[in-house]
Amino acid sequence: MIYEILIDGRKFHLDLRREVKDSERWRCQLNGHELHVNGVLARPNILSILIDGKAFEVKRERIGSDLHLWVGSERYAAVLRDPRSFRSRRQTTDSLGGAKSLLAPMPGKVVRVLLNERDTVESGQGIVVVEAMKMQNEIKSPKRGIVRKLAVTQGDAVNAGDVLAIVE
Amino acid sequence: MFKKVLVANRGEIAVRVIRACREMGILSVAVYSDVDRASLHVRKADEAYHIGPAPAPESYLNISKILDVAKHSNAEAIHPGYGFLSENAKFAQACADAGIKFIGPSAAAMEMMGSKTRARQEMEKAGVPFVPGSVRGMQSRVEAERIAEEIGYPVMLKAAAGGGGKGMRLVNSKEELRPALDAAQSEAQRSFGDAEVYLEKAIVNPRHIEVQVLADEYGNTVYLGERECSIQRRHQKVLEESPSPIVGPEMRQKMGEVAVRVAKAAGYANAGTVEFLVDAQKNFYFLEMNTRLQVEHPVTELVTGWDLVHLQIRIANGERLPFTQQDVRLRGHAMECRIYAEDPDNNYFPSPGKITLLLAPSGPGIRRDSGMYEGWTVPVDYDPLLAKLIGYGENRDQTISRLVRALNEYFVGGIKTNISLFQRILDDEEFRAGKFDTGYLDRLLRSEAKRTKNNQADIAALAAGLFAMLDADSPLQGDEGGSVHAVSRTDSAFSGWKKTARIESLR
Repeated sequence: MIYEILIDGRKFHLDLRREVKDSERWRCQLNGHELHVNGVLARPNILSILIDGKAFEVKRERIGSDLHLWVGSERYAAVLRDPRSFRSRRQTTDSLGGAKSLLAPMPGKVVRVLLNERDTVESGQGIVVVEAMKMQNEIKSPKRGIVRKLAVTQGDAVNAGDVLAIVE
Repeated sequence: MFKKVLVANRGEIAVRVIRACREMGILSVAVYSDVDRASLHVRKADEAYHIGPAPAPESYLNISKILDVAKHSNAEAIHPGYGFLSENAKFAQACADAGIKFIGPSAAAMEMMGSKTRARQEMEKAGVPFVPGSVRGMQSRVEAERIAEEIGYPVMLKAAAGGGGKGMRLVNSKEELRPALDAAQSEAQRSFGDAEVYLEKAIVNPRHIEVQVLADEYGNTVYLGERECSIQRRHQKVLEESPSPIVGPEMRQKMGEVAVRVAKAAGYANAGTVEFLVDAQKNFYFLEMNTRLQVEHPVTELVTGWDLVHLQIRIANGERLPFTQQDVRLRGHAMECRIYAEDPDNNYFPSPGKITLLLAPSGPGIRRDSGMYEGWTVPVDYDPLLAKLIGYGENRDQTISRLVRALNEYFVGGIKTNISLFQRILDDEEFRAGKFDTGYLDRLLRSEAKRTKNNQADIAALAAGLFAMLDADSPLQGDEGGSVHAVSRTDSAFSGWKKTARIESLR
């Protein structure tokens, strides 16, 4: 099987085949380098890999839409693609131009809205206060500008990544 | 001995108390809110009853509901854990009125210590050393400004009914006082139902060291050594150890004797903690008494060999302390890491969610008090403490190396945790040398993190392929669950790849 893989934004080309059927030994071509690897799935989401006797444990994790592989206690962002099913590589552009969205960093409840729409705001000035797990956190403006839109009101429940406000 | 005890709490501490009950042959009764039906304490208890919706005031703080469950289930005693109702004198009194034993001090002792302003008045009479400040809560902003001028900035604002750093604010100047006062009062009101705040002179770069005391109901009171609690963020303890690197036998005895005096002045029974601020010259000042079991009690258990929850239950049962001060010997060194559901890459904001993978450490010198399990969803409604990892060894160095080893074994997937923070602290030279104060952690976090990432990207790439072939059930591409927050993404090549992956998985 051939894969194209991005690890922390770095591109890898991987050709992976079992040495014999049902074997735990694999013959790999990683960016053109030939490797003999012993790899087994210890349990779902945990791989044990041996390369020339050197042992690695790799854990797989997904949070929201982000995927990470942990080699020991180091985390790598991973994206995997099977080129045969490749379709398009359309780039997205930020449709809001110079506008910046203020996102909820965690799920919680809006306890205060500190500004009104069309108010001017300094970089670093608090716009909304979100409470989660008994902590109140002031969500601050990423830039100097005008509050173009307030997407929440006091008492609203929000999820991580929800847009709270837009500053332009 | 009690036949049945109700545990009026949740999370790791409820599990901790339920375990003690099981060890002592006592049946345990758990209570739970809407979002805690599947929580670990409910699974571990002998009985469990629903007490209301997620918000704590309607469930874990609902006195009449909890007492109803106690009566209905024939529980003879209630253990309150820490937080929630543990320092609520009204609750202790309501238990007494209902003929149910509250495992903790009397309502009168709690009332005295629970109001920090009143505690201060009483303790000054008993000759306990204090930091200069307002002895009572402030009636107005004007009064606050006047007192702050008198004692001199910087000052610390504190909630009279508070604890755990809630409602606390450091104020450096007159300009900062008003907004800080508003915020502290609102947070105090929200957290404790009491907006009263008071002022103290802020001791710059102090240590925070506390003494564990234990008293039976016949006035026998002992101290069980100290705990060093200076490693804090936002006034919340993060890591604690016993003994403190700066406390020798003589200082330990002096602090211990003051702590016992504090407890006796309050007519205190059961387990309690006397907190001190310690300045650079090792002068110590009484801060407050916590009239409950502390989160960090395990480090004391490991160095003294006594099980504090067993002893709490035995004292509440009317037994005498089974040992005297002369019998208390400290042995070895213990250190606790509080594992929180927090995102280290996002200023340690809370990070609730579903735990998709959990690998827990064990082995020599490792104790783990945990309230989580794989597959459990951490609710957004409560404190983000997930578990406590406690290391024990012959000395401080061995304890640190055991914790470092155990932290490397610890993996919590699906949510963010502060595990990496401890790897950073335990690796830091200043920390290893025992040179720190309550400002240490903020300074460490402001400094540049050492980038020690080994280049193992090739191993990760290989693993990505192996996962795709061996474990396709949970595909690497993932299902299209959450929405995309491309606004903050700057790495456009990366998001392009991701977008492709998402389109692929949608086909």
